[in-house]
Formats: sequence, structure tokens, C-alpha cells
Amino acid sequence: MKVINHKVPSVDGLGIMKGRKAYTDDFAERDSLIVKVLRSPHAFAKILSINAEEAKKLEGIEMVLTHKDFKRIPFTRAGQGYPEPSPHDKFVLDEYVRYVGDEVLAVVGQSDAVCEKALNLIDVEYEVLEPILDFQQAMDNDIIIHPEDDIHEMFNIGFKPKQNIAASYHMHIGDVEKTLNECDYSIEETFYTQAQAHVMLEPHTVNARMDFQERLVIYSATQTPFHVRRIISQALEIPMSKLRVIKPRVGGGFGGKQAIHGEMLVAYVTYKTGKPAKMIYTRKEVFESSYSRHPMKLTMRLGADKDGLLKAIDCHVLSDTGAYGEHALTVYMVAGSKVLPLYNKVDSVRFHGHVVYTNHTPAGAFRGYGAIQGNFALESAIDILCHKMDMDPIEFRQKNMIKENETSPIFKIMGEGTEGTAMMMETCKLEECVSRGKDLIHWDDIYPAKDKGDKIRSVGMAIAMQGSGIPLIDMGSATIKLNDDGFYNLMVGATEIGQGSDTVLTQIAAEVLMTDVDHVIIYSSDTDLTPFDVGAYASSTTFVSGNAVYKAAHALKTTMLQEAARIFDVKVEEVSFDGKTFTAKAKSLSLKDFSNEITYSESQKQLQETSSYVGPKSPPPFMAGFIEIEIDKETGEIDICDYVSVVDCGTTINPMLAKGQVDGAIVQGLGMAMFEDVKYSKNGRMISSDLLNYKIPTRLDINKLTTEFVDSYEESGPFGAKSVGEIGIDTPPAALANAIENALGVRMTELPITPEKIIKKLKEKNNEK
Amino acid sequence: MKIKLNINQQIKNFEIEPGDFLLDVLRDAGYMSLRRGCDNTSCGVCTVLLDNRPVPSCSLLALKAQNHQITTVEGIQEEADKLGRYFGDEGADQCGYCNPSMALCVYALKLENKDAKEEDIKKYLVGNLCRCTGYVAQHKAIKRYLGDAS
Repeated sequence: MKVINHKVPSVDGLGIMKGRKAYTDDFAERDSLIVKVLRSPHAFAKILSINAEEAKKLEGIEMVLTHKDFKRIPFTRAGQGYPEPSPHDKFVLDEYVRYVGDEVLAVVGQSDAVCEKALNLIDVEYEVLEPILDFQQAMDNDIIIHPEDDIHEMFNIGFKPKQNIAASYHMHIGDVEKTLNECDYSIEETFYTQAQAHVMLEPHTVNARMDFQERLVIYSATQTPFHVRRIISQALEIPMSKLRVIKPRVGGGFGGKQAIHGEMLVAYVTYKTGKPAKMIYTRKEVFESSYSRHPMKLTMRLGADKDGLLKAIDCHVLSDTGAYGEHALTVYMVAGSKVLPLYNKVDSVRFHGHVVYTNHTPAGAFRGYGAIQGNFALESAIDILCHKMDMDPIEFRQKNMIKENETSPIFKIMGEGTEGTAMMMETCKLEECVSRGKDLIHWDDIYPAKDKGDKIRSVGMAIAMQGSGIPLIDMGSATIKLNDDGFYNLMVGATEIGQGSDTVLTQIAAEVLMTDVDHVIIYSSDTDLTPFDVGAYASSTTFVSGNAVYKAAHALKTTMLQEAARIFDVKVEEVSFDGKTFTAKAKSLSLKDFSNEITYSESQKQLQETSSYVGPKSPPPFMAGFIEIEIDKETGEIDICDYVSVVDCGTTINPMLAKGQVDGAIVQGLGMAMFEDVKYSKNGRMISSDLLNYKIPTRLDINKLTTEFVDSYEESGPFGAKSVGEIGIDTPPAALANAIENALGVRMTELPITPEKIIKKLKEKNNEK
Repeated sequence: MKIKLNINQQIKNFEIEPGDFLLDVLRDAGYMSLRRGCDNTSCGVCTVLLDNRPVPSCSLLALKAQNHQITTVEGIQEEADKLGRYFGDEGADQCGYCNPSMALCVYALKLENKDAKEEDIKKYLVGNLCRCTGYVAQHKAIKRYLGDAS
């Protein structure tokens, strides 16, 4: 292969480095109206009255929008396919506010300054209600966060709003209680994972204008332009044919931009006034009023026999979706469906629990959703069990983990919000990942730990799996056309958000058409001009959209060969094409001459093909993550010496970009493992709502990342590829907790694992002695 | 009020309010390489060079930038192109929202310290956050760029 699995620089890297207009706000109209939201100061309240008369009189204020301006149409901002597996429990504006930062009303004016002034002149009378701020108290509480009767689920997701339940689910295989009773060894432990903030550097940004055909054109920093078009149309009752959503370059998403943010208000303002409008979230709004990761309480019970065979897994999960149920069920289910199949030889397994509403910032999609929470619990519990059995944790995993050409019944039972799809692991190189990682981290030299006086050095590890799109649901499409002069346009609905999908999809087309990336010009994510794609989520782009590109490029090649055969007056089987020249017997025709001929000279036509792809399955990428740390015995401070990731993602279409995905996800996972923490005050106000109070990893926190890929070729993927966008984030929390136990003999069960918590555990341990 | 700013070695006239920040003034004037990330100088994507020193423009009053030389990436296109090729070569560019500001900082570092080591690079650029790359590829690219430039 000439382009695939080669180091190809990003197709857009140079222009972006040079500061070209690229991101959503770079395209806002100069005279855009500014849309600013008044946000709730209360965790839970009913709006009794709004007095905006003074504000409306201000020169430069165009309008003040309240819940009375909108027809009550419940919808979900989750940004999923239709019908959504999330409850329709949100209104554009509502008479209730359900968290500090929730939307009360919007002012629309000619400048930021006049909008700020107007916000200060508005009086809102609230009936302040008692909130629920502890998710363990939410279920069946007397306080009901969603008392309104006009909200609903689209299909059965276990939605019981009168009990504060956004979703619930139960599955079991075998009799887990019976198996656990029969096991020689069993353990039980409860784990807590925290809310994490996405902190993509580009805030949520949207702008709109009416075009000369009187259509509403929206530029949005979104991961899901086609879903945005559909959801705006449904919630604002604007005909979908009147809407165009364009996604320019996006400055990072990580799942946070899967959802709808300012789009509704900005679309409404422009549609109503005919004037361009825009909204950029402040960083405080990004923290407080968008989404964070679902906090979870996971209770894990494991049982094994004396030969070291894992026999039973019982996992109970309570998940906190905050004020609205975006992704409530899907994130929760992934904590089982993309975690439990790792150990597929058990006799019985159970996964059950609820997702509850609280009066906190809503939780939403976030890279590795559900999987990172479930992985922390399961992979920590495996080490706890190994310690109890005095078994080597790597040997235990090697004995019990899923292997190539095996399956798990969970794949069929659990999908994302619906039933799943049975599949065999046609590629699963976990064994290679584990043994290579063990060598790279020098496991045998360090395990369990080396005492170095003041500090102690140790290693820990975890294994993980992910998916490649949502099978039978996620659809991606590509259109490819041949131009005169012999180059191609590739139009994809797939959504580049910085992960490199434009580059990877270009490479796939170039490889099929035997050309270089400079001859394939990609254009992505414009609901008028590109074919449908669900967007960038669920690790789907390389696998789902990549397969669509692969099919479209092959279809175009076939059409080109047929046209060449017609020109040569030979059978199509007699024509060959090497990317530059068509030949048949003694005749030859360059691609350039061929494309010019069919454009200008004879039997003229546009050669173009469109293909779509829906995965019949979702082949999981796998990885083994190994951490080497040094802990200061006195302060509990941790230095990460190295993080080794050995990944099976099938073929790496672009090895550098694949490595970038893994490196970036590892660091984001380390942030969650070590210090990132969305914190609230006692009355529900977010404390960590800027980058001074919410720390993400800086370049000083990262010493060394060792990332490798094992040889792997997934037949169902484009050129053998599986996904790689999320898998990297899953292992750091469990690997770190396992390394700490190996060093200090204490088990950390609550994220983030801070030095203070370590010292506390050490003191508890010493007091027990 | 009227002010004059020296941007990329061109003197330009602006009509501003006294409280206007440099970031907004420059973006309004079409310098789109500057971007807003955090509003309080903690992310680095709004960086400009003031007399060749990196400064966050989101919290610098435009009028205070008078009588200084302001540099944006629009003014160091050749250097940005060069650095961009090293980034491409190492797979160090992802969303790119922080990249123009990084180009400015690396350029400033090069002017200050011809043989910066990895630790110098990390310390100099610590204010430039990146949520995508995990930093390692960036450091490789920057080290090679600086090494080849000296």
C-alpha cells in the first residue's frame, strides 16, 4: 500500500498553523446580533415572573426571549440518531430551572456590552425549590426534578421521571448469586468515578444568517451537523428544507460537541428577525452550562475458582445524569457492553442499575463514555481478586481474557440503548498487546514495586476494549467525483473535529484510486452539499465513514474503467488502470486526457459515485495499558515515569494520527485518574468553572508516552482498520490504582486519586495495624 | 477613542472603547489567527507577541499595546509554514485551535534561546494548553524545528 499505513501529514495542518480562517466564529457575519443567556443562580427553581421592560428599552437591544416565546415541544439535545435513546425532557426555554447555570432567558442585542447591561436590568422572581445534589439520594426522593407531564421517552428506556429515574436497565446471563456462592474466591468492592469536563479549547460556538434564498444557514462547532439540522427543525418547527448546517473546522470536541448547545436560540433569533446572530459560550458557560462526564457508583462482585478461572461478574451501577437525561441510558449501558466482554469465559454475569436525575450540570457524551467508568471498576476489581488469590494479575488476565475467534453473549444482548449485535472477534490481539506492553514497561524488573527510600517505584496495568461505531444504526456516506485534469473531490458527511478524519478518509480514497492525497480534495460536514453521516461519535468515523469512502472510491473506479473501455472500444476486463494511465492492449490514455475528454469532448458526463455504509457489527479495538510511577511515601505525590500503550486497532490508516489519538486519550485519562474533578458548592454551584480551578494536564505533567500498535487486520474494516478515537482513555484510572496498590498496599476506589486521598488511606491502613 | 497600533510592522488606526481588549480589537480587524479559549489568560490560544514576548491578548487592554510591536501569525507566515511542516511530520497537529499561538511562542523562544532543550521548551510553552495531543509529538516537532534552525 502506498498511502495507507504511511506517515501522511494532516491535509489541513499547514493552513491552520498559519492562522487561516477555519473555525466557526471566523465565519460569523460582522454585524451579527449577540445572543446572551441569563443563567439560573439556583440549583432548582420555578420562574414566577420576568420583568424585562427596562432591558427592552435599551438602545441596541433587539429582543428578550423567555419560555413564553416558545411552543412547548420537548426534545433531547443529545445529538443522537432518530428515534433517540434519550428522554425528550428539555425545552428551548422552560419555566423551571434545574441547575445553577440552566437557561432562564436570552437577551439579543447589537453588542456584548449592551447585552450585559440588559441582563443586569432584568428582574426574575423565582420560587426557590429544594434541590437534589447527592445522586445517591435521588431515586424515589420526595423532590421531583421533572414534574412536568409533557416529557416522554421515544421507546422503552426505563424512564420514570416521577421517581427521578432517567433510564434503567437490567441484564443477566446465568445465575450470578449461585455461581458466586460456588466460587472458591470472591470479592466485592464499590468504586466512585467523578464528573470530568471536556475542556476542548474552542468553546461552543454558533452563528446564523438568512441567505439569498431565504434559507437559514447555521455555522456550528458541532460533531453532528445532520442531527443538529433535524433537532432544530423538530424543536422550532422550521421546515428541514429551509435549514443548512455547516460545520467548519472544530477546535476539539471529545463528545462535548455531539450535543446541541446555543444552536436553538441563535437559529430562532435569525429565523425570527432575518438578521445574522451569534453566540460563543464563555469558558464559565462551557464548564457550568454544557456537559460533563456522568459520575457513577459501581459495585463490582467477582468470583473465581482455585485454578484462577473467573466464573462470575456482578456489576451494579448508579449513574448521575444531572438535570437532563442526555445519553443517560447509552453511557450507562456502555459501562457494561464495552467492558464486561473482556472476560468472556464466565458462567454468569449480571449488569443492572439506574440513571438518576440530580440538580447538577447535565452529563453527556464524553470520549470513552461508560467504558472508562466500567473499566476502572472491573480492572481494579480483577487486581483485588488476584491479590486475594495470590495470583499474578497478568497471568490471570491472560487466562481469562477474550481472544481471537471467540465471542461473548453480551454482544448480542447489550447495544447502546437497544439490543446489541452478535459478533465474533475476528481480530483480537490482546495477548500480543499484553506481552509486548509487559516487555516495554520492564514489568518483570519492577513488579510489584521497588523501594527507593523516600520514593517507591511501581507498575500497574489494565486491559480495555471499545467499539467501532454503533452496528445497524450508525450510517456514513461518501460521494466522490472525477474532475477534468484528473483529480477528485471527496464529499463526506463525516465530521472532522481535529481527530484527523479528513486526512484519514482522503488516504482511503487515494489508496483505492491509486493516487496521492494531493489529488483528492475533501469537503466534509455540510448538510446541503455532503451526503448523510451520523457524525463524529462512538468511534465510528474510520470504520463506518471509512468503509463508505472505500465503497464509493471502488464504485468510481469501476465506472471509470467502463468509460475507458467504451473509449477504447474493448471489453471492460481488458482495461487496466494504475492510477495515472488506462491501458488496453496497445492503447493507452492518461487519466488527465481521459477526464478532459469526458468533460469537454465526447459522450460528456460527470463521473460521480455515492456509497453508504452501515456496520453489521462493531469490531472492538483492544489495548493493554501499563503505567510506571514513582510515589513519594510522605506526601503521596505521584510522578508518571512512563505510560505504555499497546493497541490493536487493526490497520493504522495513518500511524502518526493514530498515535496522536492514543497519546491524547491517555493524557485525558490520566487527568481523570489523577486530578480533574468537577466540584460543586453545598448549594449546587460549580466551583471548578474556569481553568484556574479546573486543572487539565499541562506539558509539565507528561514525561514519556510509549505507544505502539500490534500487527492486526480486521477484514470488515477499510484496509483492515478498526477504530482508535476512544480506546486510549479507558485504562489509566485502573492501571494507576493497581500501581498504587502494588507500591503501597492500599486500594484506591474513588477518582480522582489525589495525594491527599492516598495519604488518608495509608493512615487508615497504619491505624488498623 | 482613537489609537494607533503597530501590527506586523504596519501602523493601523483604530477607534476603540477604553475598555476594549486587544483580542477583540484584532479579531474585529480580521486577524482571525487569534482565538478565544478561556477569558482569563489560562489557556494561551489568544497569544500575541508584544516586542517579541508572548502575551495573552484576551486580558490586555488594546490601548496598552500602543507603542509596542505586535506580532500575530499573519506576520510570521514563513516561520509558521516551516514549523507546520515539522508538526505535520510528527503528527503533532490535531484540532489546531492552539497551533497559531504555539507558532508565535516557538518563534519567540527561538529568538530568546537558540539551543533550547526539551525542559526549556516545556517551561516556555507551559501556558499553551493542548487537550488533543498529549504534548509528546509537539515537543518532538518543536525540538527538531529548533535544532534545524540553529
